[in-house]
Amino acid sequence: MTSPLTPGIVSGRLAGEALSRNFEDLHAPLDAHEAAVAADRCYFCHDAPCVTACPTEIDIPLFIRQIATGQPQASARTILEQNILGGMCARVCPTETLCEEACVREAAEGKPVEIGRLQRFATDSVMAAGVHPFDRAPSTGKRVAVVGAGPAGLACAHRLAMLGTDVVIYEARSKPGGLNEFGIAAYKTTEDFAQREVDWLMQIGGIEIRHDSALGDAVTLDALIADYDAVFLGLGLGGVNALGIDGADKDGITDAVDFIATLRQAPDLAALPVGRDVVVIGGGMTAIDAAVQSKLLGAETVTVAYRRPQDQMPASRYEQDLAASKGVRILANVMPKAIHGNGAVREIELEYTAVSEDGRVSGTGETVRLKADQVLRAIGQTLTVDGGLSVEGGKIATTGAGRTSHDKVWAGGDCTAGEDLTVVAVAEGRDAAEDIHATLTGARA
Amino acid sequence: MADLKTNFVGIESPNPFWLASAPPTDKEYNVRRAFEAGWGGVVWKTLGAEGPPVVNVNGPRYGVVYGADRRVLGINNIELITDRPLETNLEEMARVKADYPDRALIASIMVPCEEAAWKAILPRVAETNADGIELNFGCPHGMSERGMGSAVGQVPEYIEMVTRWCKQYYDRPVIVKLTPNITDIRYPARAAHNGGADAVSLINTVSSITSVNLDNFSPEPSIDGKGSHGGYCGPAVKPIAMNMVAEIARDPECAGLPISGIGGITTWRDAAEFMALGAGNVQVCTAAMTYGFKIVEEMKRGLSQWMDEKGYGSTAEFVGRAVPNVTDWQYLNLNYVTKARIDQDSCIKCGRCYAACEDTSHQAISMSADRVFEVIDAECVACNLCVDVCPVEACITMERLEAGAVDPRTGKTVSDDYYNWTMHPNNPSSQAAE
Repeated sequence: MTSPLTPGIVSGRLAGEALSRNFEDLHAPLDAHEAAVAADRCYFCHDAPCVTACPTEIDIPLFIRQIATGQPQASARTILEQNILGGMCARVCPTETLCEEACVREAAEGKPVEIGRLQRFATDSVMAAGVHPFDRAPSTGKRVAVVGAGPAGLACAHRLAMLGTDVVIYEARSKPGGLNEFGIAAYKTTEDFAQREVDWLMQIGGIEIRHDSALGDAVTLDALIADYDAVFLGLGLGGVNALGIDGADKDGITDAVDFIATLRQAPDLAALPVGRDVVVIGGGMTAIDAAVQSKLLGAETVTVAYRRPQDQMPASRYEQDLAASKGVRILANVMPKAIHGNGAVREIELEYTAVSEDGRVSGTGETVRLKADQVLRAIGQTLTVDGGLSVEGGKIATTGAGRTSHDKVWAGGDCTAGEDLTVVAVAEGRDAAEDIHATLTGARA
Repeated sequence: MADLKTNFVGIESPNPFWLASAPPTDKEYNVRRAFEAGWGGVVWKTLGAEGPPVVNVNGPRYGVVYGADRRVLGINNIELITDRPLETNLEEMARVKADYPDRALIASIMVPCEEAAWKAILPRVAETNADGIELNFGCPHGMSERGMGSAVGQVPEYIEMVTRWCKQYYDRPVIVKLTPNITDIRYPARAAHNGGADAVSLINTVSSITSVNLDNFSPEPSIDGKGSHGGYCGPAVKPIAMNMVAEIARDPECAGLPISGIGGITTWRDAAEFMALGAGNVQVCTAAMTYGFKIVEEMKRGLSQWMDEKGYGSTAEFVGRAVPNVTDWQYLNLNYVTKARIDQDSCIKCGRCYAACEDTSHQAISMSADRVFEVIDAECVACNLCVDVCPVEACITMERLEAGAVDPRTGKTVSDDYYNWTMHPNNPSSQAAE
């Protein structure tokens, strides 16, 4: 029998019941009355700031008013017209830095309208009814290949299918969903929501997904360009930055994305091993997701080590507070210097940092050692496949609605510039689809 | 604590809050609970003539209109007068009055428009030792189909006739309860006055349909798929009621006629407003039906606090204080020029003022790219819509232009002389007089 105090990376630190409780829905869904009350708080602003703040520009005041007037399914249609993954975005969007930050009631009283939860209420109603509110337009006779069944690829595929184009998605993994399925904390998307959402999205028809078909492996970009009228790349970032310090090859050092992916696919959380003392290197959402879940699995201590001051963390304040509330310690202004241990990691040595006026981070020479039997790297991901397209700043270069250096290839999502958020990926996939459609049907000027 | 003791047409009560004749006052049990909770008076549920009592529907008798969070804004009802035997009610009234001599107990009555019917019931009511009677000429549903209730209240001659009978056969105060389902409330009030009424009470409920079921297309409350108009009450009717109270209070022909104010009174403030408009006391129903009898406690404490703050020693000191300020439109001062002012520090940038003004008013608010909203004085007619729709209290206010200032909209210098429509050259009557 193991416990949080058992040394090493072991499974079963917590009983099944505690694990189920820990990994419950982070935000319980609103019931109909709660939704009505929450919806009533919306002021129906003119040219609403929340809409401007939404990367997919959902007409938020309108969908909230539709909830208030008793029509959650019509409300969902308003959402889904702009964001076909509105259900997932309702769960994973950092609303505190997007729509809800812009909400005038945030300015007025520090309590924004609960836009994310209302969006979930509406989209859940459509999912529960099993209704797909969109129909396909007459066939354009065009065929488009989409690489990656993540948020960008799915959004692009759905919009193209809706516009009458036939789509084949090439997905490297054996399941669709991309980071929705593999890369987000389990408590944000419970009850297999990512798969249910893909199934629901596929009801539009005209989309075929070919799994285990990684670009550059099972299929090449040249072949897709030859076989299809256009190609959309939504392949994400396949690589993880290296630590580049002494001892980085010791056992017990894992990529945070792999840790999360394994957790998300684990049939039994009690069988999932986690360290007693976990240190997560990084300061983004992935770092927080990995840290919080380590703690929820039963690690005794979990530390997020971030190289800059805490107020510069890419993870939102809300996520930082969530981590703190779960018992995760955030240590800012430290960078990894060495990893010690005999074969397996035993300690991590961190050096304190100073940030210069121009934003450069340098070590102060002072170090601290933390007990660690598991180290999770969350220090950024990298593009691994570019298909020979122009690359800029480590991402596929695009102009306009995702146009790449090849005139038959569009790209969007994490493999292109811009914030690496689900909602941004959806917007890019959708907009690329519209541009592809306009190009292929000659409507584009 | 200010003294809330009230004398209304000679009837003393410890406070001006009476329960209106309505479902809450149908039985001894309820009325005792009301008095224990502190109500100053009760108008008993309307009595009908001797004989088999009326019957009520056996399905739902109330419909509702909600605001946010299911807050009750209005209720309508299709309940008739008491469906219990006259004798039962009279016995209970006598017992309750004996036990609560300091509280007002009023008998509400609705019998056919025949002298004999009134002559028969009045002595029996007198035996209960009730402090007075209220003639129910108001209920718009059910009983009106039988020539009673609002069917009487809509014919001033009937009101006067019945009131006269009552004054003839009953020697305590007679209050005539008026229906709002008429065109000009002053006519029935004058009729009551002419008939010798000691007071009028108003408003009774407003004929209404609260909602329609869009599955079976039945009005609510639905009785086996059908609905009948009900009587609407609650906060939603308060503005209508206050206007009617004020119209009577300032009508020279009704001069001095006491008024018992009714219509959506839910808080001390509502009561104070009715009383300022001339009501000597108030009657409450929907607030009690929504929150229970305890609601009177807030009304009492609130009114007392306000009276203390204002230095009023008794309710009589502020009753009617707003009446002289209720006037005809033609006498409003046209030289009172105001402009909207937006306090940028409290503005939350929702843009509702802009949308309202731009779409539905005078395009007098500008919006910058960074959502700063400013009033364009040259366009602002001071309509007040921006103030009304702004979600932040006191963010937008109406500020008066001082005399001597130039109104950028009209280009005219503001004068502090009183100047109204009767003096205006565009008024055909004023020109004719020249």
